[in-house]
Amino acid sequence: MKTKKISGSEAVLLSLLEEGVDTIFGYPGGAIMPVYDLLYDYQDKINHILTRHEQGAAHAAQGYARVSGKVGVCMVTSGPGATNLTTGLADAMLDSTPIICISGQVHAPLLGSDAFQETDVMGFSMPITKWNIQVTKAEDIPGAIAKAFFIATTGRPGPVMIDITKDAQFAEFDYSYERCNDVRSYVPRPILQMEYVEKAADLINNAKKPMALVGQGVILSGAEKEMLAFLEKAGIPAAWTLLGASSIPTDHPLNVGMLGMHGNYGPNIKTNECDLLIALGMRFDDRVTGKVDTYGTLAKIVHFEIDPAEVNKNVIADVAVIADIKETLEAILPLINQNKRDEWLNQFKIAYQYEYDKVIKNDLHPEKEELTMGEVVRRVNERMNGEAICITDVGQHQMIASRYFKFKNTRSLVTSGGLGTMGFGLPAAFGAQTGAPDKTVVLFVGDGGIQMTIQELGTIAQNKAKIKIILLNNNFLGMVRQWQQLFFDKRYSSTELVNPDFITIAKGFGIDGNTVETRDKLDAAIDEMFNFDGPFLLEVKVEKEGNVFPMVAAGASVSDVRLD
Amino acid sequence: MEEKEFTLIAFSENSIGLLNRLTIIFTRRHLNIESLTVSESAIQGIYKFTVVVKASKTLIEKVVKQIEKVVDVLKAFYLCEDEIIYQEIALYKVPTEAVTRSNEIEALVRKHNARILEITPDYTAIEKTGHKDETQHLFDDMKKFKVMQFTRSGRVAITKARRERLSEYLHKLDTEKLTVERS
Ligand SMILES: Cc1ncc(C[n+]2csc(CCOP(=O)(O)OP(=O)(O)O)c2C)c(N)n1
Repeated sequence: MKTKKISGSEAVLLSLLEEGVDTIFGYPGGAIMPVYDLLYDYQDKINHILTRHEQGAAHAAQGYARVSGKVGVCMVTSGPGATNLTTGLADAMLDSTPIICISGQVHAPLLGSDAFQETDVMGFSMPITKWNIQVTKAEDIPGAIAKAFFIATTGRPGPVMIDITKDAQFAEFDYSYERCNDVRSYVPRPILQMEYVEKAADLINNAKKPMALVGQGVILSGAEKEMLAFLEKAGIPAAWTLLGASSIPTDHPLNVGMLGMHGNYGPNIKTNECDLLIALGMRFDDRVTGKVDTYGTLAKIVHFEIDPAEVNKNVIADVAVIADIKETLEAILPLINQNKRDEWLNQFKIAYQYEYDKVIKNDLHPEKEELTMGEVVRRVNERMNGEAICITDVGQHQMIASRYFKFKNTRSLVTSGGLGTMGFGLPAAFGAQTGAPDKTVVLFVGDGGIQMTIQELGTIAQNKAKIKIILLNNNFLGMVRQWQQLFFDKRYSSTELVNPDFITIAKGFGIDGNTVETRDKLDAAIDEMFNFDGPFLLEVKVEKEGNVFPMVAAGASVSDVRLD
Repeated sequence: MEEKEFTLIAFSENSIGLLNRLTIIFTRRHLNIESLTVSESAIQGIYKFTVVVKASKTLIEKVVKQIEKVVDVLKAFYLCEDEIIYQEIALYKVPTEAVTRSNEIEALVRKHNARILEITPDYTAIEKTGHKDETQHLFDDMKKFKVMQFTRSGRVAITKARRERLSEYLHKLDTEKLTVERS
């Protein structure tokens, strides 16, 4: 093997290059300066993007990973640099996003001495990473990075943290790189057991009223085509989780909508009429199941899942196939009987019509004077026709966007699902645009959430990322206000905001923008935004006290989905 | 669901922080660890964790899966009391004066199948292996002699099943996972 003597810092960059990294989101500081110094020499190969806060770097890496399927890489300094990543790590952990964060650390002899900007990175990142490692010797850097990429990207993906002491960054050693393809104690791809596939096929072939529950596992495994082949052959209606959104095109005849708390009426109400629920790479989160005791009461459950720890965690499966979902779907397809369940599918259409009349019509084509979030999403759809990537922050607008955004292509919704992180949207949109430079990236964000990471407008401006930011301003922390209205006697405790002039702020960052308050100006404003060559902030003043329905209240049964 | 005592055994690589990673799994579920023993297993370089916890069966099953999910853990499983042979060791220090004053302590040592490790003019060190209630019993019996120190180890356990599960697992490791092709 060829070796050459280089510094630990250079080894970090060469190792990243070996793994195909060309973009890093980060923020420099004392303990990582040796690596930043070398980044200066590697500018032609690695694009380092300076965010305005390390949390922004983490979310940007997530957005990048989610749209591109590649690993998102972050680099930060020790102490506060590292701790600022926590929210991003926790978010990536819950949403199975492959990111690798590299933090500088104090010199190894100072570890544990409360040296300047020392913090226990291993300790705090342990519960929120798939794997983490502290490197104190330069020669261990390539191995750590190789292992990190293997672990982050295989099996159920997740975040990895690498903490490198400053002396290891300076030290020189004989560098060589070998990609990691095996870790003895780690089983990234459990072997598919045909026995269970056959049992599952049996249940599926004999089901009268099956429904598929499509999760992000399908996207992470790249199994969208296999899923469609399976659904179409078996004639099974498919509902998706928030993170499974866009894995099946919006207008596919078997797509019956979103699951869960603010999901569509049909899939929620039908959950307790189904005789079979087929979970495809999803984990029965409580936001999907509502009260578990009353979930799928008549249904047998088939669970296709790569992570054994998810099987029988929240819901007991009658048959589980623990394997990569793509393999499972390929294996089961020949065993599935061709079927058309027109009558069953028709019931979803009836449920949709019911929801349309009660909720959707008023959201998308309101007759009241004030603008609704729904109609803004509808206008974006009319303009983009499913070709854009949708990013959301967290709150009412997130649910409205996920419900109504039109998807043609997979990996087109990036949202913080498991952690529900306000402030995720703006940096994630930037990361997504970086990961999909040729796509139109549309961010829906609330007036609360945008202020959590608003400094990333600076990153967007500096990098001329052409993000279309749609700020749905209701002057409230809307989702919390909705709960206060419905469950706390309208006692609006600390949810009303006195907001800044967002357009002035955007302009201060060098980003163009416009505000629209009336319906007659909405179309033109959206056109102006999309026609503008560059980032644009469109603030839409929407009704202050709009609510998101349908809603399965926390702790309620999916059968008790409310429409008003 | 009813809580029971389980012995959870995990085999792992010898990596820094692993104990922390495992205890986090208990802490997150508000589970108290009754006892914990960590040492090198029969296979060099592989470490064995023996954890005693009180929990419901459904919870312990989930905990085992979460432990097994930890990258550096090779294998984890849980066992009920009737599936293992286990011991703890306890050490007691009593004043030698109390030993020589009467033959009561000697009688206790005999009765409890304990043994004397060391006698000095000041103290006598006694060792007893057994289950917790047994080592506790001896402690209670000796209390009146003013036990100067008492300490008890965590549990060590072997399974009644014929083969050690780890070797089985290590054997299967190569056959049970596919190599991952990455682009
Ligand atoms: C970091 C963080 N803090 C608090 C919350 C709780 N929370 C969930 S939704 C929400 C309101 C969001 O308000 P806004 O950003 O204005 O969006 P809207 O709901 O009005 O669309 C809050 C406070 C959260 N999810 N994340």
